[in-house]
Amino acid sequence: MEKITKNKTNVKALTGGYAVAEAWRQIEPDVMAVYPITPQTTIIETYAKMKADGKVATEIVQVESEHSAMSATIGASAAGARAVTASSSQGILYMAETLPVVSGLGLPIVMSVSSRALSAPLNIHGEHGDVMAVRDLGWVQIFAEQVQDAYDDTIIALKLAEEINAPVMPIMDGFHTSHTTERIEILDDEVVKKFVGERKVQQSLTDFENPTTFGTLALQNTFFEFKLDQEKVMQKAKIAYKKICGEFFKISGRKYSLFEAYQLEDATSVIVIMGATAGTAKDAIDKLRLKGKKVGLLSVKLFRPFPYGEIGKALSHISKIAVLDRAISFGAFPPLYQDIVSSVYHSHSRKPDLVSYIYGLGGRDTMQKDIEKVFQDLAEGEISSKIKYLT
Amino acid sequence: MNKDLTKKFSSGHATCAGCGIPAIVRTVLGATDEPVIVSNATGCLEVTTTIYPATSWKVPYIHSVFGNAAATAAGIDAAQKALEKSGKLKKKAKIVAFGGDGGTYDIGLQALSGALERGHDFLYVCYDNEGYMNTGGQRSGATPYGANTETAPVGSQSFGKTQQRKDLMEIVKAHGIKYLAQANVAYLPDLKRKAQKALNTPGPSFLLVLQPCTQIWKFPTSEYVAVGKLATETNFWPLYEIEDGKYIINNIAKEPKPIEEFLKTQGRFKHLFKDANKDVIAKIQNDVNVSWEKLQKKV
Repeated sequence: MEKITKNKTNVKALTGGYAVAEAWRQIEPDVMAVYPITPQTTIIETYAKMKADGKVATEIVQVESEHSAMSATIGASAAGARAVTASSSQGILYMAETLPVVSGLGLPIVMSVSSRALSAPLNIHGEHGDVMAVRDLGWVQIFAEQVQDAYDDTIIALKLAEEINAPVMPIMDGFHTSHTTERIEILDDEVVKKFVGERKVQQSLTDFENPTTFGTLALQNTFFEFKLDQEKVMQKAKIAYKKICGEFFKISGRKYSLFEAYQLEDATSVIVIMGATAGTAKDAIDKLRLKGKKVGLLSVKLFRPFPYGEIGKALSHISKIAVLDRAISFGAFPPLYQDIVSSVYHSHSRKPDLVSYIYGLGGRDTMQKDIEKVFQDLAEGEISSKIKYLT
Repeated sequence: MNKDLTKKFSSGHATCAGCGIPAIVRTVLGATDEPVIVSNATGCLEVTTTIYPATSWKVPYIHSVFGNAAATAAGIDAAQKALEKSGKLKKKAKIVAFGGDGGTYDIGLQALSGALERGHDFLYVCYDNEGYMNTGGQRSGATPYGANTETAPVGSQSFGKTQQRKDLMEIVKAHGIKYLAQANVAYLPDLKRKAQKALNTPGPSFLLVLQPCTQIWKFPTSEYVAVGKLATETNFWPLYEIEDGKYIINNIAKEPKPIEEFLKTQGRFKHLFKDANKDVIAKIQNDVNVSWEKLQKKV
């Protein structure tokens, strides 16, 4: 194990947006397409200033829309460059047409996301509605709980993308993480550069000796196999993510995995959640534990590909489960709940009590008392097949 | 087929008989000896040349979606600059984006405008067949007044498209780019000369090339050169260049042919020759005259 050096200069107080830009500065991609949208803008404007100050040599493409942001990133990545971008909300939906192209072409693009609600009505605040809307497009999705994760996830995401040749979306909650200043530890520049290494390009538009056609037309006889190949890549992604998290632990001392289990071992009632509100839930659990309540948390880190087997196993001894989604799926159960139902169906010999909660839409605060209420519901057997709303 | 012609774009492709698109591609790509990277919008050219596992392209090629050929080219340009800076690219290629009129006048206009404004080093070629031909002939911003299309059809209450086509040359010119030209597949030496100029222009350059569509314009497959020529001989499609803001007209005929000579060759204008639509033809002739006068004044 390499020696981890920690000194005062490595500890900083940064917002999520700045921390992600800092990770990008250390990685120094060849190309970054930039287009503003709240609450992601702090990432790209911080990076643009770094470029203006000569701290990075990255070619910045100041595109005229998110559609072009991802399109330019596609062109750059296909040309052999390490190419990245960032977005939120309507921006992600505006470029949505191009997202399955990235995964279909097997391009290792990373897009940093500050997740945000979708219009109408217009709302610029945190929610997972945007990333849930694009969850089936062949992108790996990793959720951050706090600023430290947002920084670390960026570095892990880049290495993962280039190892499996698939796109990755590290996601932080808009404002709650992107605009909150927290104490974080930054790795040394050389450590990050060595960790991510150089991109190993297999086929490129700039290989004139071996001209490649990217983006063919595949008909009924071949299209299906292309999709099956993508599914194989997603299955590889889970293994690669675990491996890279292990390597990242060696350089940082920070442990990440498919999910975080908090006070789960002896728990009888558990909340499953993703993103920033996991922190609030942990505080609530600490408080309830002092009162002797057997409560715990499972915070999903890798949402796509979804680790059904591992999560099912981790929850197999739990009889009461509340799944908290920060997104609504109109006319259906919300996304995380559906995936947890699929997970426990195969792992539980007896059907557990499962409840779906929706919280935090459009930036609505979720307080410790809201989490406590969820545990109280579970304890009192307030189990219903109807979705509950933490308004 | 002549080996030079198929050096970059093979003879095996699935365009319709009588389609001029391959001639446009070969002429443009044949205008340089430098390496070339092609970015292509969704459309006729793309679907007929990339049917997996075959490809007609002997140069690096990318197709992504309908409206982003220019933005994709912009990314390739940025990548080449970055890779050259870091010593990973020995030689920069010329970047050529191809789009039809649907992918250029309409859905790709914003991406084109952004890429022109940012000054990327690339050539954008619009092959203009005046409609959405790959989807069966619907109206686009390039479809001329009076044409019969699937989405602006002729009926008891309609003579086809009731709006003028967009003046894309003026829109592109407004970005202040150094070189742009209007060409026609029926005049390949002229197209080649313009492609050479465009490819030797640093920064963005643009070619708008008329591409008569045998299927949707409805004329015999043997006639695309003749139909293309009439478009220019009637001043419906003048050949001209704008170099550093200066206009140069390449085809001043002593006596332009009446517009009917062009219209009567095509099924899409057949309805205009009914008595009830006489005034539509008169208006088309008048518009051609006015545009031609305006163009001459710019020289």
